[in-house]
Amino acid sequence: MPEVILRATDLVKHYPIKAGVLRHTVGHVKAVDGVSFDLHKGETLGIVGESGCGKSTLGRVLMRLEEPTSGSVDFDGVDMFQQSGSAMRRLRRDIQIIFQDPYTSLNPRKTVGDIIGEPFEIHREVVPKGGRKKAVQDLLDVVGLNPEHINRYPHQFSGGQRQRIGIARGIALRPKVLICDEPVSALDVSVQAQVVNLLERLQREMGLAYLFIAHDLSVVRHISDRVGVMYLGKMVELGTEDEVYQRPTHPYTQALLSAVPVPDPTLRGKREQIVLSGDVPSPANPPSGCRFHTRCFKAQDVCSVEEPEFVQRPDGAGGHRSACHFAEVRQIVPTSDIPTREPDEGRGSDGARIGAGAPPEDVPAPGVDERGVIDPTRPAADYQIGHDDVAPEPRDRQS
Amino acid sequence: MTTNQNDTGVSEDAVAKVADEAVDGLARETEGLSQGQIVRKRFMHNTPAVIAVFVLVFVVLLSLTSIGFGPVPGWWQWGFTEQPPVQNGGRPTLSLTGLGDHPFGQDNLGRDLFAMTMRGTQMTLLVMVLVGVLTGIIGVVIGAASGYFRGWTEAILMRLTDIIIIIPLLILAAVLGRMAITYVDTGVLRVAALGVLIGLFAWTALARLVRAEIMSLREREFVDAARLAGASDVRIIFKHILPNSVGVITVNLTLLLAAAVLLETALSYLGLGVQPPDWSLGRLISANQQAFTTRPWLFWFPGLFIILICLAINFIGDGLRDAFDPRQKKFNPRKAKETDAHMLDETDAVTADAARSGADRDGNAPGPTKPA
Repeated sequence: MPEVILRATDLVKHYPIKAGVLRHTVGHVKAVDGVSFDLHKGETLGIVGESGCGKSTLGRVLMRLEEPTSGSVDFDGVDMFQQSGSAMRRLRRDIQIIFQDPYTSLNPRKTVGDIIGEPFEIHREVVPKGGRKKAVQDLLDVVGLNPEHINRYPHQFSGGQRQRIGIARGIALRPKVLICDEPVSALDVSVQAQVVNLLERLQREMGLAYLFIAHDLSVVRHISDRVGVMYLGKMVELGTEDEVYQRPTHPYTQALLSAVPVPDPTLRGKREQIVLSGDVPSPANPPSGCRFHTRCFKAQDVCSVEEPEFVQRPDGAGGHRSACHFAEVRQIVPTSDIPTREPDEGRGSDGARIGAGAPPEDVPAPGVDERGVIDPTRPAADYQIGHDDVAPEPRDRQS
Repeated sequence: MTTNQNDTGVSEDAVAKVADEAVDGLARETEGLSQGQIVRKRFMHNTPAVIAVFVLVFVVLLSLTSIGFGPVPGWWQWGFTEQPPVQNGGRPTLSLTGLGDHPFGQDNLGRDLFAMTMRGTQMTLLVMVLVGVLTGIIGVVIGAASGYFRGWTEAILMRLTDIIIIIPLLILAAVLGRMAITYVDTGVLRVAALGVLIGLFAWTALARLVRAEIMSLREREFVDAARLAGASDVRIIFKHILPNSVGVITVNLTLLLAAAVLLETALSYLGLGVQPPDWSLGRLISANQQAFTTRPWLFWFPGLFIILICLAINFIGDGLRDAFDPRQKKFNPRKAKETDAHMLDETDAVTADAARSGADRDGNAPGPTKPA
């Protein structure tokens, strides 16, 4: 395994909640609460999790756009948070970011040349003054834009082209690590593929390491070597792409994976769906013990008391890190390799909230708790009618 | 690059000539204009703004040369304090054939209204310039600092702003204006002191607007991007944030200048602004308000100049705001045809480029809308 370029140790970012006339602190939003991982040279580490789990905050802390509450980040042998002034500015050359929204990440008053060339203006030693325009045009060429458009403004480009401009700015200083904060989630699918392929090509050519933050599991799987799953500010599972997608051991990962839409119509309704009840708890007041126990289908008494350690746990072939007392492998992601699965096959041994998805006309087998049965072809509203045992989620009512 | 494309494009054929112009336009774009050049070009395309500049320059030159300024004599025969005999009831002699002796008429003492209006214009412009410069600098600096740095800086600066807001500007200026009258007795300097006083206390609205604008801009991702590139706070404020708030600043400054004229008028009316025998446009109007029904020209001409100046400044402000905004496509309707052709050409070029470089397929398609 290549050497570690970025090592985060117990990163914590709490935002104070202030109240009252005197603005005293009444609590903390625990956006990131003890996250540790290594990023190796030239690899892609995907970070997935649902909205509000702290993925983006993690990215911002790693970029030092936010100061962490505690914890450290070791970048190439240097403790990032101890650097100040010019040392930090030098360090910034090696770690750059691509933002999510290409519509706000480019200054509308500046030309593309100014935007991409700004890092050169600040780090004057990188490119001599006379060569800056050429350097910017080369960058435009590298990301697949016309170098002659150097004097155009961002509004003259489409979303995908703007994201390419953002990427060109990110790689201008030839960083070692590029943090991609949902770089494709604002783009349409066909453009997503182009941008992801561009990122992959740049990684091959420049030996970049990516921290790829996203909520699209398929995109993350496509680009990542290793994947970390976050829930409520904590990493719950971390392993290679195969380990996490083929042999997930944490129930949250399994639930996430079961929600991925399957593009193969022959598999529709035949795969296992784990539907979690309830909402994500507030990060200001996370549950005791294992943070996932309030929504977990495996939860037992110990889960609310004792926080599971984030350690290697067996996954049937070696093992990878996971934070669950009852970690066990369950294959979720159906592929075309298993063409015919019986509808009932997916029902697990503990099948309380897990059921096989059924075609619309099918009546679920008696005795099976219907909470687990979700049919993607029916609108969500259906589930609130005639299923009195299902507590309607606030999210549904709002929508 | 430009020359190459020009050379290849030169041809006797009319079609080739059109193509050449288009290529020339594109090449110029590639070659690049500085930000200043682009702003100037856009401003020049805005006819009302250009006319307004001419009007303002004309008014300034007219007022300065006609009666002169300070020791420099002007070309007009009367001074603003002279009292020639009243002719023809003081009626204006201005006609299509010439100016006559008293083009704007005379007041009941025989003073020449043209000379008085010119003097008033000078003083009013002086007040406006001082107010504009002072409020602009103070308002933008205080607004930018409190909006960008937040925390204690913001708390202190905004409380200061609040204190100044709750003191009525008119009373404050009146008190300080009285002091200025006591200590400064040269006419022009006294008016300048008045302008400075108004400027020192009229920046509050601008500061709050700039602060609000900057508070929203500093959360935009391009500011984060600049910070990550290693940009300093000063660079971020001046290169990234302020250029994006030019619209708010110019529009409010122009409104403020018009308000400054009114404030100066009000102060002069109360006898605390410009003092006799000096004139400002506001004082001319208030001094002659009794004559509105009998000798309305005493009212018209100073009013006309106030309107001219305020309108010109508003149009210039609008033009500047549009010129600084790269997304605006405001052009002279006369040149619209030309512009359309140019834009069509650009769109084609984008598509062709996209196809050529294997770039996005959505080259000329509207991008996905911004997520809410």
